[in-house]
Formats: sequence, structure tokens, C-alpha cells
Amino acid sequence: MNIAVAIDTVPQDTPPSVSETGPAPKRVVVAYGFWIFLLSDIIMFAALFASYAVLVRSTAGGPGGAQLFNQVTVAIETVCLLVSSYTCGLMSLAINSRYRLGTYLGAILTFALGAAFLTLEIREFSDMIARGATPERSAFLSAFFTLVGCHGLHVTLGLIWLVVMMVQVAVMGFVPAVERRLLCFSLFWHALDIVWVGLFTVVYLMGVSP
Amino acid sequence: MTDTRHERAPGDRPSREMHASAPSEFLVYTIGLIVALLLTATSFWAANTTLLWTGGVFLGLAVLAIAQMGIHLVFFLHITTGPESTNNVLALAFGVLIVFVVVAGSMWIMADMNQNMLMPSAEPTIMRLQH
Repeated sequence: MNIAVAIDTVPQDTPPSVSETGPAPKRVVVAYGFWIFLLSDIIMFAALFASYAVLVRSTAGGPGGAQLFNQVTVAIETVCLLVSSYTCGLMSLAINSRYRLGTYLGAILTFALGAAFLTLEIREFSDMIARGATPERSAFLSAFFTLVGCHGLHVTLGLIWLVVMMVQVAVMGFVPAVERRLLCFSLFWHALDIVWVGLFTVVYLMGVSP
Repeated sequence: MTDTRHERAPGDRPSREMHASAPSEFLVYTIGLIVALLLTATSFWAANTTLLWTGGVFLGLAVLAIAQMGIHLVFFLHITTGPESTNNVLALAFGVLIVFVVVAGSMWIMADMNQNMLMPSAEPTIMRLQH
């Protein structure tokens, strides 16, 4: 086929394809890179889930999940994290419309709910350790503390990150770099909630039901 | 997001210019929250009720959890099937594949090895009879 004919047959009003528009905006590239990181983080959690699933019956005569887990605490933790994911979403809406007060309000609510989740989790852990259910008691408890503790560590880092971001918003305002970091933070926070969905189902609900 | 022809960043909503009929973003997050809360409540109810056959609860909880993860992805992370989020969906699909291989593969191999380890001690008489 003649090249000139091929060019003539291309309709002129179609937008150029992705490959013809040049490099993507930095916001897209940064968020995509962070998306890849989150997926690798989820794969790390998958390894911890797998080790937990393999070791869940290895209680070595120690307490099992049915004796240790308090479903009311877990339900409150779940609601805290879910609503904090929602307020994080509302915060990103406020950021998109450059609404500073709404951003602070969303951040405060997200932080408070995340901190409530973390407080409940730390209380649950210290309660278990006080009853002799320490990580070194059995393989099941080692796997439990590794999996749930790793998620708790992520939540802690997320809370610190949120504080840092609010300082940056206060000092630098809504510059593109800060907006990109806030987008990454909201991705991180939503991904943590997705991991928690798997966690409360596999560890707390399946561990308690017969 | 300046150029609608480009890929969309994960977490960004589709631009309103392209989808004039798209619901407001506040509504999307609120629907997501309500559906997720309903699924969570169903999970907790199913785990504690005596109404259901206990053998099916395990599978039901797994289905509810996967459904809720899907709700989070669509309503909170705005992963869509649109052409501008192809890269995000492809990366997600690869991640899900690896997660599946790691979890299912580990459980399968370990259960298999566990069975092989237990055989001589658990059923010694049957073993002897077969030889």
C-alpha cells in the first residue's frame, strides 16, 4: 500500500494516540510508579498471608484464634479504618478543588480514625501478651504478630506521612509536587484498607468460625 | 490531570469533560462507603450466625472479602475498564496473579508436604498391609 494513500485515509478529527502525544504528565508517571510499589507491597503481604495460612493450626498447645480474638474490637477497628479511607477520599476531593480548610478537616478525621485503629490494635496486642500469647509462644502466634503487626506498622507510617503532608500543605501550599505526594498518600491509605479487608476476613473471622 | 488523551493516574477520577454524565465524586465515595459497610456487616454476621451451614461460611467469607476489595478498587481507587486506565489494570492483574500464585502455591505445597510427613506415623498398619 502506498504510504501517501494511508495518510490520506486517516480521519483528521481523531485525537492522536497515546504514543503520539509524547511523555505522560509527571502526575501520571509518579502515581503509576507508586501503584507498582503498592502492588509489590501487597505481594509482600501475600507472602505473610501464605505463611499465616500454613501455620494457623501450629498452636503448639498454646491458645488458638478462637480463645484470643475479640470480634467486637475487630469490628470497631474495621469501621475506623473504612471510614478513615472514606475521609481520605473526601480529603483528595478537597485537594483537587484547592480547598485548604476541607483538606485539613479531612486530614484530621483520617488521622483521628487511623490513630483510633492503631490504639485498639496496640491494646489488643498488649492484652494478648499479658495473657501469655507472645509471638514466641507458637508458630501460629509468630505468624499472627508478623502479619497483623506489619499492617499496623504500615498504618503507623501512613499516619506519620499524613502529618508530614499537612505540614507541607501549610508551608508550601498546593504546589504540583505536594499534590503528587498527596495523591500517593491517598493511594497508600486505600491500599492499606484493602489489605485490612483480607486480614480481618482470613485472620479474625475465619479463625473464629468453626 | 491536564491531557485527557493520556493514561490516567491511579486514584484520579476520569475527567468530567469526557464523561459529562459521570456522578459527582462525593457521591461515588459515599456509595463505596455504604456498600463496603454492608459487605463488612454481612461478613461479621456470617461468621457468627448459626443459621448458615458452617461448611459454606468459609467460602461465603472469601467471596464477601473479594467483593469488598473490588468495591474499594472501583469506588475509592477509581480503577475502571476505560482505555485511559489500561496500564493500571494490567499492573493490577499481574499483581493479583502473583498474589494468587504465592498464596495458593504455598498452601498447596505445604499441605502436600505435611501429608507426606504424616503418612508413616499416622497409618502404619495400612502401610504394612499394602507391602
